[in-house]
This record gives sequence, C-alpha cells and structure tokens, in this order.
Amino acid sequence: MAIATNFWIWIAALLTLAIYSFLYKDNPFYKFAEYLLVGISIGYGISVYWHNTIITKVYNPLVYDKNFLVLIPLLLGLLMFSRFFKNVSYLSRIPIAFVVGAGTGLSVPSSFEFLFKQVYATMPLKLDFGSLIIVVGVISTLVYFFFSLEHKGFVGRVSRVGITFIMVAFGAAFGYTIMARVSLFIGRIQFLLSDWLGIIK
Amino acid sequence: MKNKIFFFIFIILSFIITFPQNETSKDEPVVRVDSTIVKEFQIKDVSNDDGSKLEISCQKVLEGNNSLFKLYRKELNDTVFKNVKTFQSFPVKIVDEGLSYQKKYQYYLAVSDSLGNESEKCLIGDFSPKADLFKTDKTILLLMIIIYTMVIIYLVESVRKGKDLFVRKISGLDTLDEAVGRATEMGRPVLYVPGSSSMSDIATIASLNILGPVAKKIAEYETKLIVPNRDPIVMTVAKEVVKESYSEAGRPDVYNDNDIFFLTDSQFGYAAAVSGIMTREKPATNLLLGMFWAESLIMAEAGNTTGAIQIAGTDAVTQLPFFITSCDYTIIGEELYAASAYLSREPLLLGTLKAQDYFKGFIIFIITFYFVILLISWITGGNLVFLNKILEILRFIFKS
Repeated sequence: MAIATNFWIWIAALLTLAIYSFLYKDNPFYKFAEYLLVGISIGYGISVYWHNTIITKVYNPLVYDKNFLVLIPLLLGLLMFSRFFKNVSYLSRIPIAFVVGAGTGLSVPSSFEFLFKQVYATMPLKLDFGSLIIVVGVISTLVYFFFSLEHKGFVGRVSRVGITFIMVAFGAAFGYTIMARVSLFIGRIQFLLSDWLGIIK
Repeated sequence: MKNKIFFFIFIILSFIITFPQNETSKDEPVVRVDSTIVKEFQIKDVSNDDGSKLEISCQKVLEGNNSLFKLYRKELNDTVFKNVKTFQSFPVKIVDEGLSYQKKYQYYLAVSDSLGNESEKCLIGDFSPKADLFKTDKTILLLMIIIYTMVIIYLVESVRKGKDLFVRKISGLDTLDEAVGRATEMGRPVLYVPGSSSMSDIATIASLNILGPVAKKIAEYETKLIVPNRDPIVMTVAKEVVKESYSEAGRPDVYNDNDIFFLTDSQFGYAAAVSGIMTREKPATNLLLGMFWAESLIMAEAGNTTGAIQIAGTDAVTQLPFFITSCDYTIIGEELYAASAYLSREPLLLGTLKAQDYFKGFIIFIITFYFVILLISWITGGNLVFLNKILEILRFIFKS
C-alpha cells in the first residue's frame, strides 16, 4: 500500500469524495465541490470565449486581415449588452431573433434529411422477418405520435403496439447507458484505490 | 397571405437562377496527365460540395509489385509539397478533403522503392475545387420542404379563420395544472429546467414555447418560478418569455428578473448546481423540458429524492429511459413539440402540428404502399418488371 504523495491526486480524490457525499445527503463538502466546479467552469469558459471568439474570430480578422465583415456579428453581439439599459433593452431582441431564426432555419433541411434517411432505411430490398418487424415498428410508432386522432379503437391498438416498440428500444438504451456509467464509476473507484490509496495495482 | 406567396415565388426563382451556375461547374475541364509511371492521372472536382474536395485518380503503367506510390499536394504559392497519401494498389481514387475553393493546388505522384528512394515523378495542376451553391442531389428534398411549408401556411390560415383542429390529450401536460397548484398549496417554488442545449436546438425552442403557458399559470397562482440556464442566449429568451407571460396574466408585479439566471456552461457543473437547487430550494414541481445529455439522470434522480412532482420531456432518445424511470410523467420525443401547441392553442403552432400529422400520414402511406408492392413482387417471384421499377423510384426519392 503506497498512498499518493502528489498534492493534486489528493485534491482530486477529496473532491471526488465530496461529490459522492451527496449520495448520503446535502452537506458542506458537496456544496464546496459544487460551487468550486461552477465557479471554475465559468472562469475557464470566459477565458476560452476570450481566446477562441474575441481574439481569434474578431480581433485577429479585424486588425490583421482587415476583414470588416466581422463588424456585423460584433455589433450583433454588442447589442446583447443593451439589456443593461432599460430604455434600449429591446435592441437585444435583434441578435436573439437572428440566433433563433438561423438555428431554426438550419435545422429544417437537416431534420428533413434525417427523416428521409429513416424512411429509406425502412424500405427493405428483400422481404424477410427482420424487415417485417422494422416496418410494423415504424408504422405503429408513427401512429403513436399521431396527435390528430384519439387513441381509441383500431388507432389505440396500433399505438399500443407502437409504445411497446418504443419501450423495448428504451430498455435497450437504458441497459447500454447504465453499462457505460458503471464503467465510469469503476474508473473513479480505481482512481481512489489505485492512484490515491495504492491498495490495488 | 399574398406576401407569403410572393416570398415563396422569390425563393423558388432564386434557386432557378442559381441552377445555371451549378450546371457550368459540372462542365469544368478535368486536368489529366499521362506519364511513364501512371496513365489517366487526373484531378476532378467533387460535385455537390462546398468546394473543399478534389478527386484524384490514376491507373498504373509501371510494372513490378514492390513500388510504392506517394501522392503529394501543395498550394500554388507554396514551395513545399506535403504527402497526402501513400498507396500500392491500382486503379486508385482518392478524395482530398479540407481544401479551399479560393486556392489553386498542384499535385505530384512519386514512385518509391522499398528503401524509400523516390524516382520518377509526375506533376499535375493547377486546379481549384468548385463550390456549388445548390446541391442537385437534394432537389427532391427541397421540393418536399416547399410542399410541407405550403401545407403549414394553409393550415395556419385555416386555424386563423376559425377552423377547429383537434389535438388528442397528451398525458403529462394535463397534470401541469395539478403540479403548479400543488406548488402553490405547499408554498414552494416551481423549477423549470429548459435543457442543456443552445437556441439552435429544436428541443430548446419547444421548451421555451412551453415555458410561456407554464409561466402564465404560475403567475396566476402567484407561485415562485426558478429557471436556471446553461446558455446565456437561452437565459435571455427565457427572461423575455416569462416576463411576457406574467404581463399576459396581468401580474407583471410578481415577475422577478433574478429568478431566471445563468449558472455555468459546463455540462456537469450545471447538473451539480441544479441538483443543489433541488435539494436546497425544495421545489414542489420540477419541469425538465428540452435537450439533455448525460446529466439527465443526475438531475432527475436528485429531484426524485426531494419528493417533487417531476414532469420531464426531451427528444434525446438515449435520455428518455432515465426520465421514464425517475420522473412522474414523461413527454416522449415529438410530444415535446406538440406540447406547446397543445397548451397555447396558438394558430401557428396548431397549424404546424397538423402539418406534421399529415406528413406522418404520408410517410405511413408510402411505407405501407412500398411494403405491399414488395409483397406482391415477392409472391410473383419478382417477374413483374413495373413493380420493381416502382420500388426503385420510391427508394430513389428517399435516398436523396
């Protein structure tokens, strides 16, 4: 057994334990770790935004490349600060409208493309049991998400089949993700027992 | 309505105008070289791309199996060639990516022996990739989007003229009143988490659409609403939405700007902070609606331990199982988009929801039709050529 002598391993181990202490109940150690994580992430985020956005995408193109087109997004960004002044705060709606409009507009063709791919994948080349399951699953699931009809009678029965398919898929996804989370947990325990306490190698 | 029709005609005309440009780029000459080491060494533009790819192909002339071939590339103004790919088998077809349509490129092929000595070289260039304004392989997709948009406009106008469109009950949303009422009775706040994504995510937009009617109800009950955010833009929009809803409810005085705040953009920092709020503020109702990733279970489980009523909804398929196991009601996938229409009964949202249903009906019809044709084709042993043609056409439409 060789307990770690590295200061940072001790810090990482104690913070890990502080976070896990939430499993018992909310306590000052968890609060400290939580505030530390939130504070550090904001500070780190600001420095990342400063270097990756302000310097790389605004200052350098403007000063060195003389690309004055960046003034447009810069102005839109600056308009967000108008929220600090009550009489002109409505100006902040312009960049918001731009972001929401562009985001929605960009997602329309990609959503359609995704939908087309799914429909194409549902069209089997040959008739077999697997393709039959896929077709029944897709149609019944689509019926479940049909909002114009009440889930009664035939539609109700088909939508029941649909929700069964959905739950089977969720069950598989749940099991898969839990396995991944357990492996993350094992990684943390290994860190505590091996890197920190040196109990296992 | 007239303006909308003109707008769409303008869009269609714009695409038609851009078409010839695309056609000319198709006819761009292919640079081709024959040498003692390879023949048909050629550079071709990759069509339907953003001008970042070139296709380089060649066939072997030199005999002998031990030779290695190295493809080098440089920008026209550069002095040094960089290795793009090393290969041995022919004929070869390489797609060189990450290029710029504003630059010209030169390529050369070198033959190298087993010791790495390069002997004969074959130079080819100058060529720049072409950026296409219109992806011709997406024409069917564009047509579908135009038809779909027209259906939406028609339905929205119908609702505005007073046509009543039926929307079935969505479990979970009917309990919203009960959940908000419970928070009022207990004198505890309602926590609304609008997901961890940005405004470009449809789930976030849907979540903020739901926030409006929810905030209105909360304002009527005079209950405290807490909205922690991971994205500053989402926070700004959430503030606007809540403020407007409080005004609509006739209670702008109850609105507190500090209750809608930014936490951090770190995924797990946000999860830890929301879990902390759930434990300390003890909200009676937790609404987790929007886009979530791995943090979903952390938040939902923390909320579960506090005994709050939890209504969650997301279109993230991988996170839905966690919400189903740890929340009282779960809004699954598309129900999240339908929720805002269901709650607000706004013509625009209702019309869109109906159009979605019609499109789903169309897809159900297409898949069923395809399957029936496939079944008949299978029964007849695939001898009916026209049935195979129909299947091919259907596959072609959706392949784009």
